[in-house]
Amino acid sequence: MKIMVCIKQVPHQDARLDVNGAGTWIQEENIKFEINPYDQNALEAALQLKDKEAGTEVVVVSIGPERVTQSLRTALGMGADRAVHVKDGAADGSDSLGTAKILAAVAKAESPDLIFAGFMSDDGNLAATGPMLATLLGIPHTTTAVSFQKNGAIQVERELEGGALEVVELNTPCLVTTQTGMNQVRYASLKGIMAAKKKPIDVKTVADLGLAGQVGADAAKIKIEKLYTPPKGQGAEILSGSVDEVVGKLVGKIKELGLL
Amino acid sequence: MDFTPDEDHEAIADAVRRVCADFSDDYWAQCERDHRFPTEFYARMAEGGWLGIAIPEEYGGGGRGIAEAAIVLNEVAKSGAAMNGCSALHLTIFGLNPVVKFGSERLKRAFLPRAAAGELHVAFGVTEPDAGTDTSRISTRADADGHGNYVVNGHKIWTTKALESEVVLLLARTDPRPDARFKGLSLFLADLDRDHCTIRPIPKMGRNAVASCEVFYDAMPVEGWRLVGKEGEGFTQLLHGFNPERILLAAEAIGIGEVALRRAVSYAKAREVFGRPIGANQSIAHPLALAHVQLRAAWQMVMLAAWRYDRGLDCGEAANTAKYLAAEASWFAADRAVQTLGGMGYASEHHVERYFREARLQRIAPVSQEMTLNYVAQTVLGLPRSY
Repeated sequence: MKIMVCIKQVPHQDARLDVNGAGTWIQEENIKFEINPYDQNALEAALQLKDKEAGTEVVVVSIGPERVTQSLRTALGMGADRAVHVKDGAADGSDSLGTAKILAAVAKAESPDLIFAGFMSDDGNLAATGPMLATLLGIPHTTTAVSFQKNGAIQVERELEGGALEVVELNTPCLVTTQTGMNQVRYASLKGIMAAKKKPIDVKTVADLGLAGQVGADAAKIKIEKLYTPPKGQGAEILSGSVDEVVGKLVGKIKELGLL
Repeated sequence: MDFTPDEDHEAIADAVRRVCADFSDDYWAQCERDHRFPTEFYARMAEGGWLGIAIPEEYGGGGRGIAEAAIVLNEVAKSGAAMNGCSALHLTIFGLNPVVKFGSERLKRAFLPRAAAGELHVAFGVTEPDAGTDTSRISTRADADGHGNYVVNGHKIWTTKALESEVVLLLARTDPRPDARFKGLSLFLADLDRDHCTIRPIPKMGRNAVASCEVFYDAMPVEGWRLVGKEGEGFTQLLHGFNPERILLAAEAIGIGEVALRRAVSYAKAREVFGRPIGANQSIAHPLALAHVQLRAAWQMVMLAAWRYDRGLDCGEAANTAKYLAAEASWFAADRAVQTLGGMGYASEHHVERYFREARLQRIAPVSQEMTLNYVAQTVLGLPRSY
């Protein structure tokens, strides 16, 4: 079986985020990046299948600049077999559909039996790429997986509103997006890191994938107009005084607003 | 000159950081309070292959150098594990270096793979009550029994990890003649046979998860094949490990300084007095900035020394300089962290008092700052020796 895992490199959870000069994205210089946490669970799910089924190949795919190599090496260190890196400035500024088109082109070349992707990315929060990719490929998909089983068909437990769970069954080839906490993500071991050095990273351009002019900022249907931190203090009132005074004022406010 | 970050180094640091993230400051404070060896942490580090990082691949290790080992231990220290985490690993990562360099094939096959897999704890028995820095005065004896084996009698102190260890790297006198001095010393990888030795932990200021012990040897038998290298060359063999040992300890010290500084900075940003964060005051900010620049400078020296050692170049000056700078920078950072947190810095719940106690250790171990300066004075500057 061949499994493709889509991973995105996002700012590290501890990174300090500032809006860039143009006010359209964050300032990316000198901050740390990591594999999108949702994608880490996707990778772990793939690696667990590989542990169970001999002969399973796990291919990780990512789009982005040179720094993405580090995340791909981490994935290889954790146990993925090889990587595809779409490294091309022409892919910059792609919206979810552009990203999905690139991944679809890679998937067509790879013909995986199963595709895993994180439910959404930590930076964009759109949760669109996975379903779009499945649609472009014309394969079934399901989202927000919290558990996963393969007994012939694929069985996925997925998270719904209000803590409810739904169980769905899919035939391969199919795509599953994963929720965080679905599994305990393994760490790269020293042996894994050393072995990763010998594993191939296949670098591709947008033109290699036959997508010149179809992806990137110019082709994007969604553009970020403005990114900003909401101004502080508006609509908030800070109550001051002793605890008793503050409680008194707060109760007064609640009554005044008719909330009780 | 190329300062491009090494991809492997970043991957190693990142992987170790992730393991350490599962062991909180509270975990380490609890181990410290209970004087309990961090077994769970040790097992997890073994699982990742980190214990064997400097052991050759043919003996089950990772086959990497001192630079990589320094990165591992630095990450462990700066996770908040400080010396409780580092000392738990240090002797497995590096203690067996004399065996790697000088041990017989039989000795290597018997012990290195087990150490790399985390199945073998190793203690280090060199120092004696009457022989600290002056190793020539070692009086613990390993007498030939006439059948190719030895019998050990004597008294060692500061034997780290003696309680947990199955074996001890033991320096003992095989030639009792008074003029034999260094040449009368031999190194053994001996079983720490509880029927022939008594182990007493030494109550101490900090790093209480890993005990340092007094060990009394009473006619402890040691088989002949457990001799490391040749008889009478024990001290020379240990000497080879002095520089890398200083490099690793320096990396550990810097990690403690870094975690102390991180805590101080976050406190200085959050704590408001007179209507502004205390970090806005230069009396708070400048010492923290100074701690940072000192730690950065020391780290560059650690990496230089490690780079030289791993290439087989002389690294005495760099290793001693790194050790000196790191110990001072770590101590300064930990002290300023306590000062920044004020009363809270003295309270155990904020952990900086633990870092402070452990940072103090690096100024005396593995060798005092004064002896480090003696090395620089005599060996680098060519000044006459005073002792």
